[in-house]
Amino acid sequence: MTEEIIIAGFGGQGVLSMGKIMAYSGMMQDMEVSWMPSYGPEMRGGTANVNVILSDERISSPILRSFDTAIILNQQSMDKFEHNVKPGGTLIYDGNGITRHPERKDITIYRIDAAEEASRLNMQKVFNMFVMGGFMKVKPILRTEYVIKGLKKSLPERYHHLIPMNEDAIKRGMELIRKV
Amino acid sequence: MEKELRLMKGNEAIAEAAIRAGADGYFGYPITPQSEILEYLMEANPQVTTGMVVLQAESEVAAINMVYGGAACGKKVMTSSSSPGISLMQEGITYIAGAELPCLIVNVVRGGPGLGTIQPAQSDYFQATKGGGHGDYHLIVIAPSSVQEMADFVELAFDLAFKYRNPAMILSDGAIGQMMEKVWLKPPKKRSEEILPWATTGKPATREHNIITSLDLDSERQEKFNMKLIAKYREIEEKEVRFEEFMTDDAEYLFVAYGTSARICQKALQLARVEGIKAGLLRPITLFPYPKKRLNELADTVKGMLAVEMSAGQMVEDVMLSVNGKTRVGHYGRMGGMIPTPEEVVENLKSFIKG
Repeated sequence: MTEEIIIAGFGGQGVLSMGKIMAYSGMMQDMEVSWMPSYGPEMRGGTANVNVILSDERISSPILRSFDTAIILNQQSMDKFEHNVKPGGTLIYDGNGITRHPERKDITIYRIDAAEEASRLNMQKVFNMFVMGGFMKVKPILRTEYVIKGLKKSLPERYHHLIPMNEDAIKRGMELIRKV
Repeated sequence: MEKELRLMKGNEAIAEAAIRAGADGYFGYPITPQSEILEYLMEANPQVTTGMVVLQAESEVAAINMVYGGAACGKKVMTSSSSPGISLMQEGITYIAGAELPCLIVNVVRGGPGLGTIQPAQSDYFQATKGGGHGDYHLIVIAPSSVQEMADFVELAFDLAFKYRNPAMILSDGAIGQMMEKVWLKPPKKRSEEILPWATTGKPATREHNIITSLDLDSERQEKFNMKLIAKYREIEEKEVRFEEFMTDDAEYLFVAYGTSARICQKALQLARVEGIKAGLLRPITLFPYPKKRLNELADTVKGMLAVEMSAGQMVEDVMLSVNGKTRVGHYGRMGGMIPTPEEVVENLKSFIKG
């Protein structure tokens, strides 16, 4: 099994940290993992993206052009990456701020209105974990218990009291996601 | 103590590996995309655990001269920077090579020339492998292609540097520096207490002066010294070549690539094989010494070699020198911080095959 993922959105949406939690969780499940971020000016207020690979085998290229799953969190990223999903692959997007919805017929498209729900529950801080929950629901590769372990590993201890909130967001995200 | 598994950036892996390798000192100046090395070391504060000194110098020029001083005392010292910073260090580096001192210099390469870009590149190959500073000298140059190797090669580089009393360089790039992968860390080693016989540590009555210098105004003696350096480089070329091969047994076309490009070529060769092209890969791990002999052997069995690198074509010259006309050699490169994708490498292999 090899899952090649791109997560893309605005800097500050938790794109890189979601990828990091995926990588940590994969590592906890004894998988090979890689996390390759965009870095530099594009992170400073612009678009941010990260390539995450989860695999049972040694990972070759950490830098990819086509993906099994694209998680898209803004319009610019939709324009840039919709066409890079492999035929038969998966596209997950948050409808918030999307003016042109994905159009491809040869991939499975899911929508998760995570930003809206996070704001309704006043849980904006863990917005990315709603999306993560959606991903975990439609691509059952990472298990919640390992994601929690991954969170413990990746978060400094002073934030560990926020882990239950992250877990709630994951659960809600799993309910929220729907096929388009 | 057992090995420890962590998820780390390449830059962080270098920093942690340096502490665990028993390094005595790190001197550096921040520059993207390698600032995490200095940041990690500052936060880890190994001064209180192993006694390793970590110091942010006032400039790259100062940092490399602190390395020169530490190395002259026989200490295991290092610095790191990225391309423009490494250019600033060249005077110090050639002095260290001329004074035959061991040290580790890490270059996490970004695009150039000049300030260029902060994105990954491999355009410092000539600078790293052919000298860089003035005078006839070589660094030992090792090119990691994973976060694991970023960690492992710190100790390897120090070992080779001390074995040959020669500066060693880890030539990485912004992609490997910034990416995170699993890394198994070795148990920490204690810093060495040994006083090396050539080190300038204060003259006791029991031995002659130890003199560390790169200056000799007597040309006959200087030429003899040059010959001695050349003999050392030949010995390194004889004994220290390292490389890795992928599917070369039945390969008709061979990618030659190091570092990040080698990872991309691993994927590209899988894609090419799906399309029926028997592709293989030779990944040089040491760039000086370069795996000339092996490439020359492979030139007898393949129909062509394609050097893939994030530069306008630098390492490809060593491929050509290695095969010496025995087979076709092509080049595919991206520049300015652009990273080739596996798919575009395959497309370029196809047009190379067409000729």
